[in-house]
Amino acid sequence: MSILVNKDTKVLVQGLTGKTGTFHTEQALAYFGTKMVGGTHPKKGGEVWSSGVDGTELPIFASVAEGKEKTGANASVVYVPPAGAAAAIEEAIDAEIELIICITEGVPVMDMVRVKAKLEKSKSRLIGPNCPGVLTPEECKIGIMPGSIFSKGSVGIVSRSGTLTYEAVFQTTNEGLGQTTAVGIGGDPVKGTEFIDVLEMFLADEATKSIIMIGEIGGSAEEEAAQFLIDEAKKGRKKPMAGFIAGRTAPPGRTMGHAGAVISGGKGGAEEKIAAMEAAGIKVSASPARIGATLADVLKG
Amino acid sequence: MNIHEHQAKALLKEYGAPVASGVAIFSADEAEAAAKSLPGPLYVVKSQIHAGGRGKGKFKELGPDAKGGVRLAKSVEDVIANAKEMLGNTLVTKQTGPAGKQVNRLYIEDGADIARELYCSLLVDRATSRVSFVVSTEGGMDIEAVAEHTPEKIITVAIDPVAGVTADDVAKINAALELDGAAAEDGKTLFPILYKAFTEKDMSLLEVNPLIVMTDGHLRVLDAKVSFDSNAGFRHEELKPLRDLTEEDAKEIEASKYDLAYVALDGNIGCMVNGAGLAMSTMDIIKLYGAEPANFLDVGGGASKEKVTAAFKIITADPAVKGILVNIFGGIMRCDVIAEGVIAAVKEVGLKVPLVVRLEGTRVKEGKEILDNSGLDVISADDLDDAAQKIVKAVQG
Repeated sequence: MSILVNKDTKVLVQGLTGKTGTFHTEQALAYFGTKMVGGTHPKKGGEVWSSGVDGTELPIFASVAEGKEKTGANASVVYVPPAGAAAAIEEAIDAEIELIICITEGVPVMDMVRVKAKLEKSKSRLIGPNCPGVLTPEECKIGIMPGSIFSKGSVGIVSRSGTLTYEAVFQTTNEGLGQTTAVGIGGDPVKGTEFIDVLEMFLADEATKSIIMIGEIGGSAEEEAAQFLIDEAKKGRKKPMAGFIAGRTAPPGRTMGHAGAVISGGKGGAEEKIAAMEAAGIKVSASPARIGATLADVLKG
Repeated sequence: MNIHEHQAKALLKEYGAPVASGVAIFSADEAEAAAKSLPGPLYVVKSQIHAGGRGKGKFKELGPDAKGGVRLAKSVEDVIANAKEMLGNTLVTKQTGPAGKQVNRLYIEDGADIARELYCSLLVDRATSRVSFVVSTEGGMDIEAVAEHTPEKIITVAIDPVAGVTADDVAKINAALELDGAAAEDGKTLFPILYKAFTEKDMSLLEVNPLIVMTDGHLRVLDAKVSFDSNAGFRHEELKPLRDLTEEDAKEIEASKYDLAYVALDGNIGCMVNGAGLAMSTMDIIKLYGAEPANFLDVGGGASKEKVTAAFKIITADPAVKGILVNIFGGIMRCDVIAEGVIAAVKEVGLKVPLVVRLEGTRVKEGKEILDNSGLDVISADDLDDAAQKIVKAVQG
């Protein structure tokens, strides 16, 4: 089992005709034949996209709704540049795409406030923006994660940071544990999916035997997730967990790359997050190089 | 991007918010004309720097008994005397750090008769994904102290993005601020104005501290601090002239030309990393092994060789840097591109300090080969842990 995506997930690409969309669609097709079913472009409907790697051809549709109708797509991935990314997400929401994954970095936060309000009244789930995507090993790769570091296994990974997701994946592969699914929820302050949503799915997924959660400074999503885990543990739902928080040494008031990574007004610091996670039974690694080893230690008991 | 108080007030004035008349000046010669253009007899002379706590701040060059960065003046001569004393000197406040900030401009403003000082800010609340008003009757002071000691005095009102600021929202804010009479009437126009300015200009923070009730019963924006969402910069050409480069670190300005996320820090190990989370973690692990990072630098995904070269040059140009750690986990970013960028930069500017490189991910084999064959004195590392230990050892000897 896995969460969010598997071998049956059919993916439309919003922004397929661009350089980024093309490169990552080629990579996804090459990754255990992820079911990429087509792309959308308002002015290029009816055209055909072809992979520069193996010549695979995909149809381009004028709209997400048309693409969904003709291909049965249940997921879309957004590679549209920042100025049009919110509109692309909204189009996918209107077309009732179940899972929308927005990779685009740099979407204005006010656009996301608008998207989020629409999302709350919709049937769709959004992952991101500013995220690396979702990958279920040997089944489906949506987004920009390097497939080569994954191995099929039992660890569920959820992270606010792209490259730290890769660290956790790589380290759990090296520990021989492997992954069920890795989910990058993204580094923006307003996003479609929070830790709690993904943790709920991992707790419910039988194949996921342990979980890694990677947070960073800014906001209070880690503290909220910790409280959620404490509440679930009281109901008897609990899995071994390891974690990491990036930004222990970050200066207050400065935005550290990710729009959401900023300690402001004395809130969002790393130490409070680590304390909250430890209180929820998560073993938090002090070193980003020992996330996998920390989980392995937890599993050895 | 942050802007000065006088710029924030001019912006809010365009939207119809009640602000005092005022004039920004850049030299003491302009002080007399500025003061004479205002009604008087009470003036406020305010240091314009991108940091809070100006009133309680101290000028480095003046004695400990000298007045702070915001001063009352009771005559035109008084304005001139204060302007001469303040301009060009370095103001140290709670938010500037010990180095302080040079005061290059002043804002001369018409004085106000204050009855009550309130706090009002707008921000994007992550918990609700809404723009929220954060208000308190405890204005004019450090709101963080209020939050710590009397959190019940801070009230948050979230705004529905579809409906905007409703009459109900205004009533809640008015009640929270204990406004009545003319002030409550003013609130009906002011709060929607602030929201409109915030959303239309893609602000990330709009803080009015204090918002005052004057002795005549009306509201006035007495101070204003505005930050903009840099992600929305593409649709706000009109805001670009408001940027004050003298407020920014020279290395950060250079980095911003190449769209690099860079933050200058106080340590001596220069870092070049891809991804914000990994870049922060690289700083953390350097500290874990007992050294300090000189910077945060995220080259981003899919950076070109030119961008990598620029990043490397910015790091090496910092005289504090005694060693460099390049840490790349390539997803979009290709390790061979990183290797080529580093080599190009070293060829141009030389390499006088130890360089540790850790490469992993996309095209790692090609990247390592390029570095190995370059003839450069590169210390290669197997993983992040190894890399951090090696650079700390190289720097500390």
